[in-house]
Parts: sequence; C-alpha cells; structure tokens
Amino acid sequence: MPQQELMFTEAINQAMLIAMEQSDDVLCYGLGVDDPLRIFQTTKGLVEKFPERVFDMPTAENGMTGIGVGAAIAGMRPVMVHQRLDFFLLAFDQLINSAAKWHYMFNGQRSVPMTIRLIIGRGWGQGPTHAQNLHALFSHIPGLKVVMPTTPQDAKQMLLESIFDNNPVVFLEHRWLHNQTGMVEDNTSLVDSNYLPMHKARIIEQGEDITIVSMSYLTVEAMRAVDELKRQGINAELIDLRSIKPIDWPTIEASVIKTGRLLVLDTGATTGSVAGDIVAHISEQHFSALKAAPKRLAMPDIPEPTSYGLTKGYYFGAKEIAEHAHFIVKNVEVVDLYQGLIRAGHHDVPGEYFKGPF
Amino acid sequence: MLIDNFEHQQKILEKLYLIRDLEEAIAKHYPEGEMRCPTHLSIGQEGVPAALSVCLTHQDLAVSTHRSHAHYLAKGGCPKAMVAEIYGKASGCSGGRGGSMHLIDERVGFKGSTAIVGNTIPIGVGLALSQKIRKEQNISVVFVGDGAIEEGVFYEAANFAALKNLPVLFVCENNLYSVYSGLENRQPQGRKISEMVAGLGLTTYSGDGNDVVSSHQLLSQAVNEIKQGKGPIFVELSTYRWREHCGPHYDNQLGYRTEAEFLSWQKLEPIARFEKWLEDNNLMSKEAMNDIREQVKKTIIQAFAFAKDSPFPDASTLAEHVYASGAQ
Repeated sequence: MPQQELMFTEAINQAMLIAMEQSDDVLCYGLGVDDPLRIFQTTKGLVEKFPERVFDMPTAENGMTGIGVGAAIAGMRPVMVHQRLDFFLLAFDQLINSAAKWHYMFNGQRSVPMTIRLIIGRGWGQGPTHAQNLHALFSHIPGLKVVMPTTPQDAKQMLLESIFDNNPVVFLEHRWLHNQTGMVEDNTSLVDSNYLPMHKARIIEQGEDITIVSMSYLTVEAMRAVDELKRQGINAELIDLRSIKPIDWPTIEASVIKTGRLLVLDTGATTGSVAGDIVAHISEQHFSALKAAPKRLAMPDIPEPTSYGLTKGYYFGAKEIAEHAHFIVKNVEVVDLYQGLIRAGHHDVPGEYFKGPF
Repeated sequence: MLIDNFEHQQKILEKLYLIRDLEEAIAKHYPEGEMRCPTHLSIGQEGVPAALSVCLTHQDLAVSTHRSHAHYLAKGGCPKAMVAEIYGKASGCSGGRGGSMHLIDERVGFKGSTAIVGNTIPIGVGLALSQKIRKEQNISVVFVGDGAIEEGVFYEAANFAALKNLPVLFVCENNLYSVYSGLENRQPQGRKISEMVAGLGLTTYSGDGNDVVSSHQLLSQAVNEIKQGKGPIFVELSTYRWREHCGPHYDNQLGYRTEAEFLSWQKLEPIARFEKWLEDNNLMSKEAMNDIREQVKKTIIQAFAFAKDSPFPDASTLAEHVYASGAQ
C-alpha cells in the first residue's frame, strides 16, 4: 500500500475523516473541534464536510460525556476530545458509572461504542493540572479499553479501531508526540485487517539481553536508549505497549522468558502504575525466568511543577533508561557512559519548534 | 384536554393498580430475604408515570433513576422480568447483573435506569440528540426527582438540550425529600424548581402530580409540543413517597418528617382521586374497575411465581459481558 510521511496530528485527522465518511453514526465533538485551531489541527476539515455531526460543546465535561453515552446507546459512535486530559476528570461519573458499566449491568444488551480522545501535556510549565498521565487510573476500571499510540501509523489505525470498537475506549495522545512524523499507509477504508490489532503490543526492536516495555512518548526516548545500549554490547528488546487495557500479556511474557530481564517504563506516577502491574504480573507468573530483579522506571509521586527551574530533574529520558537497563544486565552502575543521550536544548520542550503555550 | 379516550382511561387505571399493587407485593415479600438488593418503592408516586404512559409510544425512549419501578412499568416494561431482576434471577431484565436500580426493557423504549442521582439525565439528552441528528419523530423522557436538580449535571444537560432544541421531556417528580433531607435544607425557600429551570431557557409546566387528570393534561400537551419541534420541556409535578427512601417499611417514626404531613399527602393519593373522577363523570363503573384490578393482581402473582421459579444466573457466567465483542 502506498505510504506518505505524516505528523501524528495529521494521522489522527485522516482517521477522523475516514471514520466519518465511512459511517453516518460517527460524531465528533469537544471544546474547539470547529474553532480556528481545530484541536492542534486534528479536526481540520471535519465540520465543513459533516456539519451536523461535528460540533463545539458547552464547557460541561461530565454532562457532555453522558450525552455521548446516550447517543452511543442509541447506536451512534461519538468521538469526544479534550485538549487536556485533566479537564476530563470532571466526567468520572459518566465514564465509570455509565460508559464502563452499561454493557455489563444490562447483561450485554447494549454497549457504549464511544471514543474519548484525551491529550496529555508536558513541559512549558503545563504544571500540576495540565500534565497528568492517568492511564493507570483508567485501566483500573473494568469495562474500559485504554490505548496510548506512539507512532503516526499506530495513531491512525488505532483511532479507527477505537471508533469502530463496540466498547468505550480512552484514547490517550501525548502532546510531545503530536509533531513526530512517520510513514503512514494511505488506506482510506476502515481498519486494515492485516494491521496489528489494537490490543496487541508492538515489538519495536528484537533483542536477547533485556525486555524494555514502554508506552507513548517514553517509547521515543527508549528507542534512543536502545540504539546506544547496542553500541555498548547490550541487545534490548523494546516493546511498545500500545494497549494499556487490556495488556498484551503473551507478548511481554514471551519476551521476558527469552531475555530473563525486565525494565518497565511508565509516563505516570510510580505508585499504582501500569509498570508496577506488569512487574507484579511477571514476578508472579514467571519468577523462575528472571535472572535479575525486574524494575519499574516511572514518574515520582509528585505533581509536575510549573517552574523551568523545578522541572529540570523531574522527567527521565533516554539516559536514565539506558543506565537502568545497563545495570539490570551487567549489575554494574555506570557513570557518564550515557551522557550523550541527554537531549540538547531546553529540557521542557519536545523540540526547538515548540514555543508554547500548550 | 381531559382524558377523553376510554382506552386511555383504562390503561391509566391499569398502570396505577399495577404499580401500586406490585410495589405492595414487593414490600410484603421483601422481609423473606429473597430480594437481596437495595429497593426503592414508588408507592404514593403512581400518578405521574401512569398519566404519562398513554402519551408515549414504544418508539419514544425513556431513562430513569434509582426509584424506577413505576417508570419502567408505565413505559410498558415486562413485570415478570422486573420482579425476576429484583430476585437476582437469570430471567431478570438485566440477567441479575443490575437489580432493582438497573432496569431495562428496550422493546418498549425503556433504555435503562441507574443508581447514581442525576446519572441518566445527560444520557437521556444524548438519546434525544441522536433522535434529532437522525431526524426521527420520537422523543426522549428523562425522569428526575427534586434531588437530581441539585446535581451540576442537570444544569449541563438541560443547557445543552436548550442550546440544540432537542426533543426531550424532563419529568420531575418533586417528592420533597432526598433520602431523609428535606427540600428546605437543600434549596432556597421560595424558589420553585420549574421557575429556576425556565431561567435556563426551557419551557416549563408545573402541577399536582397526584392529580392524574391534570397531570395527563400537562404531560400530553408537553409531548405534543416537543413532537412539533418546540424543543425541550420540563414538567415539575408534586407528589409524595409513602414508604422509607429505600426498603419496604414506613419510616415516619424516624422523625425527619411528621406523621401529620404524611397523612395529609395520603389523603391526596392519586388512585382514589382518579377512581372518583371516573365515577363522578360516569366514565367507568366500580365493577369495571374491579375487573381491571383483578387482572392486575393475576399479573402480579404470575410475575412473582415466575421470579421465584427462575434459576439464578450460573456463577460460571460471572465474567461475561464485561466487554462487548466485535467491531462494526
């Protein structure tokens, strides 16, 4: 199939256009979907083509989530978007008590095929309430699906798959991935059946020495770490989780059985993290396969501060990932070996192109 | 318009009897310990749902609250499936996964009731949104109480319904209490719910919810106006719950409301008033009324027998239905 190079945001936009063209049941709404900025361009061109199914909304996150649930149980496929995940916290009644439960509590008679796109902020002073990674919180709720695509290609295919899934899906986009580019297949139909299904993790790099499980933006950092580890003679297997709920256990298990070592990265706070769950699962089920203690590398149990001065040491990246992997494999603490992995430029932006404000 | 259609008169009376007598049967059997879920009875509040029952078709949709037995039955929901659900049986309307507070009968447009106050308000508005987008001629009904009006989500959903001119009817049964908390502790004195809602841009009506005839007049007018595209309407109807908030007993001894208040409302009860109206206007004989009630009693006996005879869902099915299968 022909491919073209797209930004993550363009891939999301393509998926929305395809979904709305394919089915009259698909709705798209959220604060700003039809404003001049179009949710970082992800909803570009939609309202012009589908004026009745694309609409701005009142600033009412819980009510509008419930309205989506109502439309969904009437057979529609709403896609709601929030420019920051943190605003969606107002909607937990409708997410947890309605969307996640409806199919179970009514004995499978009716499901809620709704997709909730949430954008996770980072850096440029996004601060305590504009930069939360709460995928673990969502994954705790039976009945929800939770996904975090990393590449533009996965963003497109997984959004299409989310929209046409018959369950509520929380679709998490990391803001630092929005400008990443990648080759994207030109399909204009629905989900490509040859494509890796949404619930499967993707093995980005094969290796024998250690399994690194990652997600979302951290996979970008992990890819840089894996390249440098290779130069140091360590072959890491990098797994991009993609689906947070359900987790693709067979892929992780097979990898750990092969490598005997596990490092799990997580963009969220350490306590109660998805990384903690993966380490627990492997420790319970495959303890004898482990040659070294498994490790979580997640965020500290501290909100993201705002100040440029305070955020400097807050996030970890390729350097820390490589150092931890190196230690797990060699049982030696290294100093300075991976200094070259520190990203040049300001620590609080994904690249020099980013000039704020959010 | 008064209820000039004999079939409607019969149907309303039948619903009044069905709701009252079925709820009384639940109250009678509840202490046996076989209905093992929180159960909120509608005794005393039969008037509004019965009056509305003849204004809707099965293509019109409805959602409701924790106190939803009356709404489910008035919409045409199957009594057997409801009682079996309260007994936690596989033959229940939610297969035993929902209980008294999670009723559903999609065949008659009853899309679901849920337990969290205010939870189904936006869901009902979402149903109306889909009806509008699909240019359907039907409406959605959202049953609420006076307590749900205090939830922020009511404002959010009503605002959107007004903004988009959606075909939704809010039916507010104001029974003065949220559990044991009186209205005077929860809302400013002298502010009427319907007047506040009018301020949001909705058409509003209010009346005596224990007067079936005038309630029917308001509700049928509201349904007709919504079907003509006049947008959302909010109808506030006063009524009174006779039994405790949750459970089969009377609770006047608790002291959160007075016996005198209860007795004054009991005098205004909807069924006797409607019977009297039928009789005074020579619309139905006592004998015909008795026939209807006897039929209803049979239905109720059958519903309880069905529920008691049905098996529990097998424990091996515990994990079924967490997710819906398949894509489109």
